[in-house]
Amino acid sequence: MASIEDLFKVVKSRFTADDNHRSDASESDINIPQDLLFKCPRCGGVVYNVEFVRAMKVCPKCNYHARLTWQERLELTADPDSFVEFDTEMRSLNPIGFPKYEEKVAKMQEQCETNEAIVTGECTIRGYRCVLGIMDSHFMMASMGSVVGEKITRAFEYATEKGLPVIMFTSSGGARMQEGIISLMQMAKTSGAVKRHSDAGGLYIAVMTDPTTGGVTASFASLGDIIIAEPKVLIGFAGRRVIQDTIRQRLPDDFQSAEFQQDCGFVDMIVERGMMRKRLSNILKLHGFPKETR
Amino acid sequence: MSNLTAWERMELVHHKNRPTVNDYIPAMFTRFMEFHGDRLFGDDAAIIGGIGYLSDTPVTVLAQVKGRNLDENRKTNFAMPHPEGYRKAMRLAKQAEKFHRPVICLVDTPGAYCGIEAEERGQGEAIARSLYEFMTLRTPVISIILGEGGSGGALAMAVCDELAMLENALYSVISPRGAASILWKDSSKERDACEILKITAEDLMRFKVCDKIIKEPEGGAHNSPEQTADSIYEYLVDAVSRLRKTEIDTLLERRYAKFRKIGMFIE
Repeated sequence: MASIEDLFKVVKSRFTADDNHRSDASESDINIPQDLLFKCPRCGGVVYNVEFVRAMKVCPKCNYHARLTWQERLELTADPDSFVEFDTEMRSLNPIGFPKYEEKVAKMQEQCETNEAIVTGECTIRGYRCVLGIMDSHFMMASMGSVVGEKITRAFEYATEKGLPVIMFTSSGGARMQEGIISLMQMAKTSGAVKRHSDAGGLYIAVMTDPTTGGVTASFASLGDIIIAEPKVLIGFAGRRVIQDTIRQRLPDDFQSAEFQQDCGFVDMIVERGMMRKRLSNILKLHGFPKETR
Repeated sequence: MSNLTAWERMELVHHKNRPTVNDYIPAMFTRFMEFHGDRLFGDDAAIIGGIGYLSDTPVTVLAQVKGRNLDENRKTNFAMPHPEGYRKAMRLAKQAEKFHRPVICLVDTPGAYCGIEAEERGQGEAIARSLYEFMTLRTPVISIILGEGGSGGALAMAVCDELAMLENALYSVISPRGAASILWKDSSKERDACEILKITAEDLMRFKVCDKIIKEPEGGAHNSPEQTADSIYEYLVDAVSRLRKTEIDTLLERRYAKFRKIGMFIE
């Protein structure tokens, strides 16, 4: 019963108000179709945007689970008003003096209304308390630099100290090249924090969303006790083009899809967006965490 | 310390006579014996693993293997490991932990292999698991970057108590060619990217990623592989004896802290 209730709440209220603010920049007088229609990058199918949004940004034709902003994901996941955000003021420096890096980050901060490519905090999901991380691919492809690495590490350290489970919604293009070697080290740092959380008996659920690749796949995203993926999303280590260039042949369409990764043994289960809250809370319950009543 | 640019060092690292682990292992370790296989899928020739003596201390050696010619490189896949290579390294590292042997990782790779089979067998998972296991491995771990330290493929064997680099070695999050093709859609600007990325041993000392620079002979390691091996050997004997004296829990705290504090931000 609760699952149905979850579904409908989402359908009615979430995503409607602020959905188009990101396309403002490219808006021109005759640019109506862009806002009106959604073209699925997977199947090429076209649907009305309202319909797409009403379906929680899942393509009604092929079931591709499209990318969400962190606000959208948070609303779909956490109990209303339960989320307390961590580290909201942390800002990246420019370790290798990369040209125009600060400007780029500042622009993204404004566009995405957050300080970095991951938002972390504590919340309840259907009454079960957890530490939650949400990566937002709209922010520099959610690449991992100093701030992303530090926020993840602190989230795991906090959860270790408080005995809380961690849920990470991953999506990323990989390590953030603009921070040079410092970004590579975030892979070791976050994996170390996951290890300590695990050694202390902590539960960690990774939810892989579109796209989970590169240095994030090769670190904390692949280290969940339980690894969930959304349908049809891209999950892999090397980029498709890099592999095609190496082997000089076309790759099958479903290569590096969530379904491919499940077949290869790297994903425990594929869960539909509308069922995610229920599935996550059931897992927390099964591990003996108490339900809080408000 | 010579004042070469990153690009000039890259040319040295790619020099056809640059010594490889096939030169260093016999020169530094006695009675080395190689162990094969990850016990899960197969044996990856891109990573050699085995045990031997460093002076009179038994150690486990894990090394990425560049070939000297096309035939050798075909066999070792140009030192680009598949997942089973990393899983073999992890297996032997766990074995070293059990028998209280220090682990010595010799890193020299353009990166982890990018291909269909590597993806099917979980290249990402293999690297992630390496970082995870090495962070708490209860025995000293020393990594040395001999030539190329290519991104995650190098890092998987560089979660350690001390990281040393040969003077001309490079360690980077992305290959300069890859960076150039992303930044300027032009991989021929490799040279510019090489300087921007800050990938030399000196750069990495400044970032506190590298702990020690091992000097190469005048003109580069290829001018005297013996002398280079001697310098690495001397460093290793010292580092192993220092780290073995450290209480293991203290060592693990320090290892965690070494990576924990890397990051540049304000709040």
